[in-house]
Amino acid sequence: MLASRKTTPSRRIRALAAGTGVLALLGLAGCSSQPSGGSGDGASPGDAVKVGLITKTDTNPFFVRMRDAAKEAADAQGAELIALAGAFDGDNEGQVAAIENLVSQGVQGILITPNSSTGILQAIADARDAGVIVIALDTATDPEDAVDATFATDNHQAGVYQGAWVKAKLGDSEPVVAMLDGTPGGTVDTFRHDGFLEGMGLTESSPQIAAKENTNGDQTKAQTAMENILSAHADVNAVYTINEPAARGAFQAISDAGLADGVTIGSIDGSCAGVQAVADGQIGATVMQFPNEMAALGVKAVVKYAADGTKPTGFHDTGAQLITDQPVEGLDSQDSAWGLENCWG
Amino acid sequence: MLARSPLVGPLVALLVAVVVFAVITDTFLRPTNLSLILQQSVVIGILAVAQTIVILTAGIDLSIGAVAVLGTIVLAKVGGEHGPLVAIVAAAAVLAVVGLVNGALVAWVHLPPFIVTLGVFTAMYAATQLYAGSQVYPVAKGPLTWLGTKLSFGGLTITTGVLAMLLLYLLAWYVLSHTAAGRHLYAVGGAPEAARLTGIRSGRVLVITYLVAGVVAVVAAWAALGRIPNADPNAYQNANLETITAVVIGGTSLFGGRGSVLGTLVGTLIVAVLRNGLTQAGVDNLYQNIATGALVIAAVALDQVSRRRVQT
Repeated sequence: MLASRKTTPSRRIRALAAGTGVLALLGLAGCSSQPSGGSGDGASPGDAVKVGLITKTDTNPFFVRMRDAAKEAADAQGAELIALAGAFDGDNEGQVAAIENLVSQGVQGILITPNSSTGILQAIADARDAGVIVIALDTATDPEDAVDATFATDNHQAGVYQGAWVKAKLGDSEPVVAMLDGTPGGTVDTFRHDGFLEGMGLTESSPQIAAKENTNGDQTKAQTAMENILSAHADVNAVYTINEPAARGAFQAISDAGLADGVTIGSIDGSCAGVQAVADGQIGATVMQFPNEMAALGVKAVVKYAADGTKPTGFHDTGAQLITDQPVEGLDSQDSAWGLENCWG
Repeated sequence: MLARSPLVGPLVALLVAVVVFAVITDTFLRPTNLSLILQQSVVIGILAVAQTIVILTAGIDLSIGAVAVLGTIVLAKVGGEHGPLVAIVAAAAVLAVVGLVNGALVAWVHLPPFIVTLGVFTAMYAATQLYAGSQVYPVAKGPLTWLGTKLSFGGLTITTGVLAMLLLYLLAWYVLSHTAAGRHLYAVGGAPEAARLTGIRSGRVLVITYLVAGVVAVVAAWAALGRIPNADPNAYQNANLETITAVVIGGTSLFGGRGSVLGTLVGTLIVAVLRNGLTQAGVDNLYQNIATGALVIAAVALDQVSRRRVQT
């Protein structure tokens, strides 16, 4: 490298040209790897229905499953799926840019799991003004009619199932509850939290609640939070968790403290790892969501809109199923074997 | 020579990227799409001006994104109670103080900028959450969303925010390349010992640099409300890294003293063009990140190679 000293600029340009060549190849590779029914680059809007999907992040298994399901549904109906995502939970700017890019590409409909229930409403309104239908998946917007329709879990109801099962499992013993919440202010978090309390027959200020901690739905943070709670309240016998990673973190802390037999953990999500934890007896019960259902219904609605202009409206509950190997009287549930067949991620 | 040539590489890269995307997609070159790319560059572009001047002093500002987010919350909260003018003054004051703290710790306590701004980033992120009560503050249409006003020039629709960004770059370029203050800043970053011997008060230059960076962050915060009329304490978590990416791709040396804000503008546009173009070409988000990451490493490698050649 150092032996031949040519003039700096020309070398630099050559190196950069090489670099951009690589990028160009990346771009072309991405293009050709799309098995879009024979229509090449020259496809104009109208050839195939274009469906945009914007998830909160690229990396959460829930959204990965949702994306795969949307891809399957789009392929089955001859539509083209363009999947984008925010960079992190709370990346409003990234989601707004994604909406703009999709509208610019001429999609007929956008399916979005909004990071913020309010932060991206202007971009959604602009997209709808441009004739694109927008459907919220998994997380509702606030107000809910900012989008054409919402396909999501009834998270309040899911929370009620979790709470009702934990209450039944405790039987006559007085509950001492630890609540491992997600992120403060999130609508899904609030719905599940409130639903759990309703299912338990408690209120926000009930003395039976020993502690509440935010975990961001993260296993490591949940484990730390649970350890700290246990060192102050060793008598906790019931744990609410915002999702299954939080539940696994809680179980780790509880079993490390030697309390695994005396504590009932409830959760929500229905991931395969979560259901496996139910099968292994780490989590008592979980409530399964159906991201594939949300995605499939969403794609179908966009394709229908493109065909005949019918717009979906309102809230569509995509269902929630209690999964446990310890069924209780009066609560509909499926066992972990069923759960492992129907789980996501 | 050194002052001019670093701009050539980034410009060529930008042009090549534009040409490639114009060829492989049929939507990229549409005026509406090009104006989108500009609009999407505004917030990071403005913050990258602040990052550039800090990096030119051989420093780094990891706090800049978190500081801007604090700015959006101050604008929204104070603006809701006392009106937009008071809000802008208050936000400028708060962010100037944060910049001053950064600068004072770097210049007068001689702490490494990386550590100082890392600490301030962590503290500011938490302070913002506390101040916001972990809530999102919507902003009514008006002066605080003014930088989102759309202007049409023929087929091209841009926002006042885009104009503000371009104006800021022009101003920064003029100050850096045509004033004594600018020369001092380059000297402090590139040849600190020579700067000291020629009587430049390095400490003061550093403090002013970080302070100006804080004030520039207010403009970014204002522009952010123009794009999304909601102040969200969780937003812009990667903004510090995105500005560093833009600066580095724009050819400014992380070791200080070499580079230009115009390079940073080109760097910001390269990232935005890549993201938009690769999206239009149907490339997965994650591959876009790989491409951006590769570009950053390539840019720094180029800087190293040319630096080594200068030294040997």
